[in-house]
This record gives sequence, structure tokens and C-alpha cells, in this order.
Amino acid sequence: MDFLKDPINFIANWLGTLLSGWGLSEPLIAVVLALLGVLVIVLIVLAIAILLVWIERKVVARFQDRLGPNRAGPFGLFQPFADIIKLIIKESILPEGAEWLVYNLAPVLTMATVLMIWAVIPFTPTVLGSDVNVGVLYIVALGSIGTLAIIMAGWASNNKYALLGAFRTVAQMVSYEVPLVITLLIPVLLSHSMGINHIVEAQEVWFFVLSPLGALLFLIASVAEIGRSPFDLLEAESEIVAGFHIEYTGMRFGLFYASELLHALTISTIAATLFLGGWRGPGVETWPILGVIYLAGKSFLLYFVVMWVRYSLPRIRIDHMLNFNWKFLTPLALTILIVTAILEKVMTGASLAVRSLVHLSGNVVIVIVTIQILRTYARIERQRFDDSRPLAVAAEPPVTTT
Amino acid sequence: MVPLPWYLIFAAALFCIGLYGVLARKNAIAILMGVELMLNAVNINLIAFWRYQAVEQVAGPAFAVIVFAVAAAEVAVGLALFISIYRRRDSIIADDIDLLKW
Amino acid sequence: MTTTQMIFLATALLTLVAAIMVVSTRKLVHAALWLILALFGVAITFVLLEAGFFAVIQVVVYIGAIAILMIFAIMLTRREVRDVSPQTNRSWWLAAVITVLFFTGIVFMLSSWEGFSVNQPVAGVGVDTIDKLGQALVSPHAYVLPFEVASVLLLAAMIGAIYAAREKK
Repeated sequence: MDFLKDPINFIANWLGTLLSGWGLSEPLIAVVLALLGVLVIVLIVLAIAILLVWIERKVVARFQDRLGPNRAGPFGLFQPFADIIKLIIKESILPEGAEWLVYNLAPVLTMATVLMIWAVIPFTPTVLGSDVNVGVLYIVALGSIGTLAIIMAGWASNNKYALLGAFRTVAQMVSYEVPLVITLLIPVLLSHSMGINHIVEAQEVWFFVLSPLGALLFLIASVAEIGRSPFDLLEAESEIVAGFHIEYTGMRFGLFYASELLHALTISTIAATLFLGGWRGPGVETWPILGVIYLAGKSFLLYFVVMWVRYSLPRIRIDHMLNFNWKFLTPLALTILIVTAILEKVMTGASLAVRSLVHLSGNVVIVIVTIQILRTYARIERQRFDDSRPLAVAAEPPVTTT
Repeated sequence: MVPLPWYLIFAAALFCIGLYGVLARKNAIAILMGVELMLNAVNINLIAFWRYQAVEQVAGPAFAVIVFAVAAAEVAVGLALFISIYRRRDSIIADDIDLLKW
Repeated sequence: MTTTQMIFLATALLTLVAAIMVVSTRKLVHAALWLILALFGVAITFVLLEAGFFAVIQVVVYIGAIAILMIFAIMLTRREVRDVSPQTNRSWWLAAVITVLFFTGIVFMLSSWEGFSVNQPVAGVGVDTIDKLGQALVSPHAYVLPFEVASVLLLAAMIGAIYAAREKK
């Protein structure tokens, strides 16, 4: 029964006693168990990435009123394997003048930074890769290394279009890091800690209820940060040049593609952990293994929302994208951070229901004020546009006296 | 445990390598990279002394945070100036920017 | 030689080699990439000093912002193929002499300090360092004034950088 309740820790303890029975020292056992944990997590996450390719194509097909891949295996389940085989057997090209080391390191670094995020996400109350007390900041740091990988990819291709595409992608990613970090601070404020396990344990009421605007802004900023539609002007296939990964073919491109899909699932999992309560759910205290199921359900729900947004909205132009960030998202994120901080300080010691209600009403007030400001701004813009449009009147023909 | 002198000598070596970069390089951005190495060496020194001598006070980390902020500000302004100079004079070699020399 | 000492020696070697490559390589973009490796080595040193917060701040601020800014500036300010000329100026030997003198001077001064043979760190730093740091940075009896001045400095730097690098029409 103990095995069923908490199988992961049970297996870990059993392995620990087995290894110490073989005569290994304590720190070495810890290192071996940690390496085994890393291996298990990475394998599971990469296997889910393969599944994500299939999910993505089926869901986009259903959104577009068609069936999707259904020939390769039952329900098209072997389609990702066909894709992988196709990518692997392609010729491995190194462009002329490209640096071999940096060119090959860039896709590896992109995938590595996505996989490293999974080290700080708690799956059950007792299973956690690494309990750093600055988990939120660790996630931000890995996002920064991701932008570095894109610059390396763009520069190492020895192609000025790749370089320009890489610069614009990095400009977009660095711009959207600002509202991302600001909205990441909202769960930190509400739970008084930066460690992710503390944040999940502090969510008696989900932070999505306490701060829905913060959750929404976090999702928008994350979707823009990972360069996914509707913010994918710079790397979409139908644009003129495909951005920083023009010169990448075969499995290196496969790594970029898989890391983009996996990054989308990762930010869904982060949002589920920080705002939707992570492993929280009925019965998790006595059966910790249920936490994994709850977390998977919540993160796939958010991933479905991200896909829904992708396949419903048109692409956003680059100047609209940057305007949207600096003129709308950042001031709004700062406002909600300040309001949350003030309310949290004012209500120290209040009960949970009072806190939830006050934070929720604060968010609703900010939303109403924002919509009013946007309506006023839209009305002013419309008036200006109407006034400045010249009337389309044909010029008077010259009077000829013949 | 790592003895404190090791950290201090490591920081001193990093500082001196940065100093060499500042004094001996032509390109202005390479000089700025040397300055960054020096600031990192200073940070290592601060945190090492804090950890080994006065870990219950908070002056070490506070000072280090200010150094981080100042380094970021200085790099931003420096690079903006270099880009502006490059637009003007089409060169960023430190020896060529000598209008004020007499 | 304990494990921590070996890890420290490896990290220090990596960082110093990367730093030497920064100041001696010809192509400037390579220098930027070596700088990123050196900054990463410094972040690992912070982890060894049990200041995990500073390791993450180092990655976010230095590698994630400053190094990327430097790469942008290098790309924006280079002529076509100019990396073949030597990258050191005429008096590099004098710089090397000054550097070696400086290093020996520092080591000599440090070795005559009586705390130089401290081997053991002070025990038991808890996880509330960040808590105390946060409170010290906003407490009027502690470091709120440098904190606010640093914020004004960052604002001034941001405005100045935007203005200085603008395209003048």
C-alpha cells in the first residue's frame, strides 16, 4: 500500500538501501540517485515531446475542420516517428564559413534550457527535482540562456538573413521578458517565497482566483517569449525567410522544432504550478501519486488553450508586437504588481477568504479601468482617423472653351 | 572545505586578466569586456569575504547587488556611446577616437 | 583534496582560461563567447560559495542581458572583414608587465594579512539570507539609500542609452 501511495520515493529509498548494501558511500549514493532521477525525467519529457507532435497536428486539423494524420498507424499515432525518421536520414550540412562548434551547440543549448526547467517543478508533495529556494529566478535565468542560444544559431550560420532574423527574435524575446518577470513576481508576493514548492503549498485558494489578470498576463508574455503564434512572425514557415534556423536541416532543425513544442508545454506546466495549484487536488495528502495526474491534467489544459490561441488568431506584425509589449503589457503588469503588493501588505494577518476577495476585486477594478482607458483611446484614434481621411472627390475637369 | 586564500587569489588573477584586457586591447568593446571581468572579480571577493568572515551580516550581499546594478548600467551607457561614435566616425578603435588630445 | 576543492579548482581553471581567451583572441565575437563562458564559471563559483541567489542573478543579468547586449553592439559596429589586424595596441608588453606586478603586489599584500590562513568558513548560513537581504535593502536603518540611488542610476542609464544610440534624423 505504501508502494502505491508514493511509488517514486519508495523506489528511491529501496535503491538507496540496495546501493549502500553494495558498499557505496553516502554522497555517492546521493549522486547516483540524482543522476538516475535526471535520466528518468529527461526520458519521460522527451517521450512526451514526441507525443506533442501528434497532438499538435491532430488538434490543428480539428480546428481547421479536417482530420489530420490518420494513415501512419492507428489514428496516425506513428506519424511523429515517421517525421523523426525523415529528419534523421537527411544529409547533415554545414554551411560554408560557419563555425562548427557554435553551429552544433545552438540547438543542443536550446533543448537543454527547456529540459532544465523541469528540474524545479514539483510533481507531488514529496517528489521534486531540486528544491532551490530561488526556483522562480532559476526559470527566468534559463529563459535568458535560451535567447543566447538563438543568437548563437543566427550568427553561426554565416548568413546575414539568419543573423537579422536572430536579432529580431532576440529583441522580441528580451522585450517580453520584462512583463514575464513582473508577472512571475505576483505568485512570489502572494506566497512570500520564491521556492516553487512553497508557492504550491501556499495555494489553499488557487492563485488564479486571487489574481486572474496576473495569470492571463503571464500566459500572454510566455507565449510571446517562446516565439509561438500569434507572435511567430520571425520564424514561421510562410514568411519570406524562416528566421534564425534557415541553415538548419535534418535533426538539428528537429531539435529546434521539438524544443519549441516542449517549451510550450513547459510554460503551461509552469503556469499550472504557479497559478492553478500544481499538484493540488482532492486526496493528494494521502495518495501523493495523484499529484502527478492533477499536474498533467492542468498543464495539458493550459497547453490546449495555448494551441487554441495559436490556431485562432492571425499573426501580429513586429511593430504592433513591440508596441503591445511596451505600451500595454509592461505598464499593466507594473500596475497589477504594485496593487497586489499594497493589498498584500495592508491585509497581513487577514483570513484567507478576505484576502482572496480583496485581491480578486482589485484585479476586477484594474480590468475595468483598463478597458475604459482602451475604449477612450480607441475612440480618440477613430476620430483622428476619420478626420484625416481625405474625401475622395474627383478634381474638376478643366473647362475647355472649344 | 575550500580555503579562503584560494578564492582571493582566483579573484586577483581574474582582476589582473581584466586589467590586461583594458590596457592592451584596441577595440573599445574589448576594453569593456575587460572591465566586466574586473567587476566580476570584485563580486567574487565580496561574496567570499562575506561567506568566510561575516556571514550573519548582510553588508556583503547588499554591496554585491549594488555592484551588479552599476555594472549593468555602465555597460548599457557605454555600448550606446560606442554605437553613436561608430555612426559618427566609422571606427571604434580606441586609438582613433582622439579628438581631445593635444 | 576533497570533492569541493576539486570542483573549485576545475571551475577556477575554466574561468581563467576563458578570461585569457577573452583578452587575447582576435575575432571579437569569439571574445564575446569566451566572456560568456567566463561569466558562467563565476556563477558556478557563487554556487560553491553557497550564494545560490547570486549565481542565478549572475546568469540573468550578466549572461542574459549584458553579454547579449555586447554581441548586438559587436554586430552593429563592425566593418566587413577587419578581424585580421592584431587586436592589441602598441604597448601591450607594458600592460603585461603592469599586470604581473599588480598581481604579485596583491598576493603579497594579502599574504601579510593575518586572516589569510582562514580555512574554514563560518558555519551554518541558513536560507533566510535572501529574507535578510530583502529587508536590509528597504529598511531605513540599512541600505535603502544605496538601493534607491541605484534605481535612479538605472533609470538615468536607460534614458541616456536610448537617447545616445538613437538614429538622428
